[in-house]
Amino acid sequence: MSGEPKIAVHGVGKSYGSAIVLEGVSLDVEAGSFCTVVGASGCGKSTFLRMLLSQETPDRGTILLDGEPIPAEPTEDRGIVFQRYSVFPHLSVEDNLILADEFANAPRLGRVFGAKRRKLRGTVDKTLEAIGLAGSRKSYPAQLSGGMQQRLAIAQALLKKPDVLLMDEPFGALDPGTRVDMHALLLDLWRERGMTVFMVTHDIHEAFKLGTRVLVFDKRRHDPHAPQRYGATITYDLPLDHRKAASVPDARDLITQPTDTRPGDQDA
Amino acid sequence: MRLINRKPGKPSALALAALPFASVVIAYAVASHYRRLENPADKLLPSIEQMAATFWRMAFVPDRRSGDLLLWGDTLDSLLRLAAGMGAATLFAMIVGVLIGFLPYARSTFSPFIASISLIPPITILPILFIMVGLGETSKILLIALGTAPVMTRSVAQAVMDLPKELIIKAQTLGASTWQMMTRVVLPQVLPNLIMAMRLGLVPAWIFLISAEAIASTSGLGYRIFLVRRFLAMDVILPYVLWITLLAYLIDRLLLTLSRRAFPWNHMQGESL
Repeated sequence: MSGEPKIAVHGVGKSYGSAIVLEGVSLDVEAGSFCTVVGASGCGKSTFLRMLLSQETPDRGTILLDGEPIPAEPTEDRGIVFQRYSVFPHLSVEDNLILADEFANAPRLGRVFGAKRRKLRGTVDKTLEAIGLAGSRKSYPAQLSGGMQQRLAIAQALLKKPDVLLMDEPFGALDPGTRVDMHALLLDLWRERGMTVFMVTHDIHEAFKLGTRVLVFDKRRHDPHAPQRYGATITYDLPLDHRKAASVPDARDLITQPTDTRPGDQDA
Repeated sequence: MRLINRKPGKPSALALAALPFASVVIAYAVASHYRRLENPADKLLPSIEQMAATFWRMAFVPDRRSGDLLLWGDTLDSLLRLAAGMGAATLFAMIVGVLIGFLPYARSTFSPFIASISLIPPITILPILFIMVGLGETSKILLIALGTAPVMTRSVAQAVMDLPKELIIKAQTLGASTWQMMTRVVLPQVLPNLIMAMRLGLVPAWIFLISAEAIASTSGLGYRIFLVRRFLAMDVILPYVLWITLLAYLIDRLLLTLSRRAFPWNHMQGESL
């Protein structure tokens, strides 16, 4: 890398009313990293992801994208896959995949017609093949299984060739077998495109399997009488050598339910 | 087995559905029969045959005075007013509803206003309309439009606000402008809600139509009913009420079918009434 991190987060804090969600989050991420984000429910990891997406703004601190302050609204250079509601239910599979091109080609109507439309639909053949949806191109998302919907969501998120792909528990609702297939698909895409990936997950094994870097969000301090008094931050930042990633026996110990003290809690 | 787990088969479902209708018809026939035993010229509960004959006359025998087929003339006039009023209300609800639901600035500007307007009992503005635009077609159409549009607008706006935020974010990451999101993401997804709002709006729309026709009109289904009321002509009124009900039912089914045909993706889960 040329020294400048893809994403630089400095002292970011976020609270909703009196509830402090995040405090003092700092992080430098190199381009091409695959960061997986784990943590207990409600620890602010999704909030952090939404800030990287510009869906929310931090109360304190700065987020730099390529050295520039992060844009104030979602942009094309950051793709997103949510756990649910990622694809447009009123569009068929192929129309979900040509939508971004339609936006680009028809500023007024956002829709192209006739021969132009047929041509656009022809351009998604390869994508459909790659995500195994060639046989369902005319189907609506409601007619697809959960795994098929998320494959479509990932393909759609990559349409604008973003250099950052953000994912919020993308495989949380899928059965284990489907998950493994999705992992393979995602890793292939990541290697092929060289993009920076941020993936929030509940599944710590998934985090270690996929990530080149695992970020653990947790609260450094915990007041049992005022659980919302302290926000979470990154308590563990683990660079992984991917070849060894298969063996993570004690992974679950990294995330504990909030208690007053814990290992590595120097400044408490 | 628990009652909630027992379901009627198709034939018994049909029979059950027919039961309340049949009961009413039989109760009427019996009551009418006994009244006519006492007074064969009874006007309050005419026999079913007599109503059928009157209805036939209204539909297929030219009126002695005007030479028109009254039923079809009345039906056409009423439906045109209803269509014009509902059309205007639907167009308004679609445009303003999407704006209010989608744009925070439009919401701040119009939402409290529309909410206040929707609380005005529409019938109370009928005299104002009569004074301002006269007794012609405009006042009737305006009454229907003004009476239904605010509620329809609010339900469309709510449907827009209920769209998952994820989809709006996703559209932005795909490069959509605000206008493109409105035309490709928001509007298409709330069109089924718009049709639902029309189906619900038709109920008050009929009330406003019949009221306006009763008060100031020279044609229409409501006009006819209130005209013949002076002669206690139940043999006209009752078939007309049934006819209006049938029309309302058919329009409702038509809209439901339209929604199913045009928006199959919206009807893939669950049953809809």
